[in-house]
Amino acid sequence: MSTVAHEHDHHHAPSGLKRWIFSTNHKDIGTLYLIFSLMMFFIGGAMAMIIRAELFQPGLQFVDPQFYNSMVTVHALIMIFGAVMPAGVGLANWMIPLMIGAPDMALPRMNNMSFWILPFGFALLISTLFMNGGGPAGGWTMYPPLVLQLGDAFPFLIFTVHILGVSSIMGAINIIATVFNMRAPGMTLMKMPLFVWTWVITAFLLIASLPVLAGAVTMLLTDKYFGTSFFSAAGGGDPVLFQHIFWFFGHPEVYILALPAFGIISTIIPTFSRKPLFGYASMVYATASIAILSFFVWAHHMFTVGMPIKGELFFMYATMLISVPTGVKVFNWMATMWRGAMTFETPMLFSIAFVILFTIGGFSGLMLGITPVDFQYHDTYFVVAHFHYVLLTGAVFALMAAVYYWLPKWTGYMYDEKLGKIHFWLSTIAANVLFFPQHFLGLAGMPRRIPDYNIQFADFNMISSIGGFAYGLSQLLFVYIVIKCALGGKKAKAQAWEGAKGLEWTVPSPAPFHTFETPPKLTKAMLEH
Amino acid sequence: MATKDIYYVPEGSKWPIFGSFALFVLFIGGALLFNGNANAHTVLYIGVALVAYMFVGWFNDVIGESRSGKYSQQVDVSFRMGMGWFIFSEVMFFAAFFGALYYARMFSIPWLGGLGSGTATHEFLWSAFEAAWPLSVTPDPTNFDQPKDVIPAFGVPAINTLILLTSGVTVTIAHWALKANKRSTLNLWLAATVILGFVFVYFQAEEYAHAYGDLNLKLSSGIYGSTFYMLTGFHGFHVTMGAVMLLVILLRSFKGHFSKKDHFAFEAVAWYWHFVDVVWLGLFIFVYWV
Repeated sequence: MSTVAHEHDHHHAPSGLKRWIFSTNHKDIGTLYLIFSLMMFFIGGAMAMIIRAELFQPGLQFVDPQFYNSMVTVHALIMIFGAVMPAGVGLANWMIPLMIGAPDMALPRMNNMSFWILPFGFALLISTLFMNGGGPAGGWTMYPPLVLQLGDAFPFLIFTVHILGVSSIMGAINIIATVFNMRAPGMTLMKMPLFVWTWVITAFLLIASLPVLAGAVTMLLTDKYFGTSFFSAAGGGDPVLFQHIFWFFGHPEVYILALPAFGIISTIIPTFSRKPLFGYASMVYATASIAILSFFVWAHHMFTVGMPIKGELFFMYATMLISVPTGVKVFNWMATMWRGAMTFETPMLFSIAFVILFTIGGFSGLMLGITPVDFQYHDTYFVVAHFHYVLLTGAVFALMAAVYYWLPKWTGYMYDEKLGKIHFWLSTIAANVLFFPQHFLGLAGMPRRIPDYNIQFADFNMISSIGGFAYGLSQLLFVYIVIKCALGGKKAKAQAWEGAKGLEWTVPSPAPFHTFETPPKLTKAMLEH
Repeated sequence: MATKDIYYVPEGSKWPIFGSFALFVLFIGGALLFNGNANAHTVLYIGVALVAYMFVGWFNDVIGESRSGKYSQQVDVSFRMGMGWFIFSEVMFFAAFFGALYYARMFSIPWLGGLGSGTATHEFLWSAFEAAWPLSVTPDPTNFDQPKDVIPAFGVPAINTLILLTSGVTVTIAHWALKANKRSTLNLWLAATVILGFVFVYFQAEEYAHAYGDLNLKLSSGIYGSTFYMLTGFHGFHVTMGAVMLLVILLRSFKGHFSKKDHFAFEAVAWYWHFVDVVWLGLFIFVYWV
């Protein structure tokens, strides 16, 4: 290893495979994250297609119930830990240094390790599908005692969770150190773009919640192999204890997926409304409030498990409370658009759809948060509809918006706007055909995580499946648009969007390999948001 | 020096991907071991060796860069934040096990004993069960190793508390000596800290042997044994890691590394050492004492 400094070799990118596997460059690592996330999105999506094919008609058609259950379980794990989270981290990698005027992430080598753990982690997870006893099939929440019945896949599942946790914690530490230590002079905290704010708050959620998940699955491991009784009432433990610990991680995890999306939307809506974000400070405080509250609401995922009434009431009211800061955000986005000079490019279309559809998911969430009615909705398709509105038309739509918004900065070319709009409309219509009927299925009593169902649910399931296939196919168009944009097209200006604010638009498009090697001198105009 | 003006962004490094692969092998080895695979031990040992090699190689690079003056004040702050938040993540890891302990003591055992809303649970599951802590007779008395006794707080655990608290003092004296540039005092008190660390681990190991062999207190002794060994076990593992880290720092100190102003690695290890110290206080109070 050479320890001689090569200060002047930094300006051009290393070539070949080494550029990617040994990378310490935030843009390259961000690209790796985004490509990996897209691959996982399609693998997880293929599993969703299997699920929707099986549910197209009542009766067992294509797969056996055990395999169906493992599809449901692994689809969730891949989409959460493999698609949405890495996409968020990829965007953070690419954009945070550019947005705050930093030369790179604070800890560039650790940054690379955060990424490269992921392919190995998912190799562990996906390999479980081919093992004795099949893949994990007890749901992504891994509740004991069911999960303890898993075969050879069990320790692989546990270690997948551990290794992905290591990756996320390192990524989060890096983001915190970058944001608090690497800002250009003049970029005070309350001048930071909201995307940076939402990500740094997300990073705190990651550091506080993922170690707890690691502890929970470690207890599963010792319960299975070392005879401990954390989750066994016969030995004085309690299976419900797992649910408490899991959801202490699990609810903040929901906001780990959602907060970066809020940051994206808060960046895009002002750009295409050509107005500053309404209520910047209130957005920051609302984000922080949501994050703090997220640690005090976990048991709303387990109202029906048998808790003392005081617990049920506490967690119900705490949950209701979250709708206040979330409401602040939604109204701020609307007020930003109010009387703006709006145009409707693809990122803006996805953002507006996000505001509407995420709010629908928020409202169904409110319904689920009310203890007495949750007794009816719990573990039905209503829950499935709820979290897919929040995560697919919520988080994933925001990520799509972000990709369209920053593609010109990444590739140096404008994407094909016409195709982008077609992709938007196909996705939006398909996603609603896919998930809206699931509300009705759930209210009518169809349970989640089953491969077969009563004949009365047939029509809505068929509609839902058609929406599912349409959504899946539409995403192939997205891949085509991205590849087409990477290969060429209309040249993008440094400031690709007329109304865009922020430091990332002061560097050329595509952004050079190294940017802000010495801190930029910030003018007042550059700090507007 | 030129690099003092700009933030040091290292060139490409093989260690991150090497480390990812090492973890991959390590975890495969562990998983195969649990599945009773015949080659599991080989894979596991290779994994351990690769992880160890990664640590040595990566730290070697970082120490070399540090000694050649590449790190500015700003880089130092990044390292400090990194270490601080890493320790916080460790705190949250322990929080999961402390949470399990509190839940068992506050909820699951009283409920199984019939308290509050647990009346029916008690009646229909194990009506002969009596809630108690330490829990010596599990709700279902079969299939669990019933312990004869538990480890009293005011024996070896109290001595270990004194040892760890003393080691917190000695490492601080060493730090003061470093800041005053008194190298021999630094080496002396740092060596004392390392020795105290390993003495603690030795006493813990002895105590485990006593508990497992003489008292029949095992991981499989119900929730008491589970929480006892999980908390003290992970703590013991962290102390061992901390002692190894202290040892590395001591050897570097012998070689003349660290200056009165520039000694982040020393402070990082000291922080870590204080962290295991504080966790131990939690253990002493809630696991052994009350």
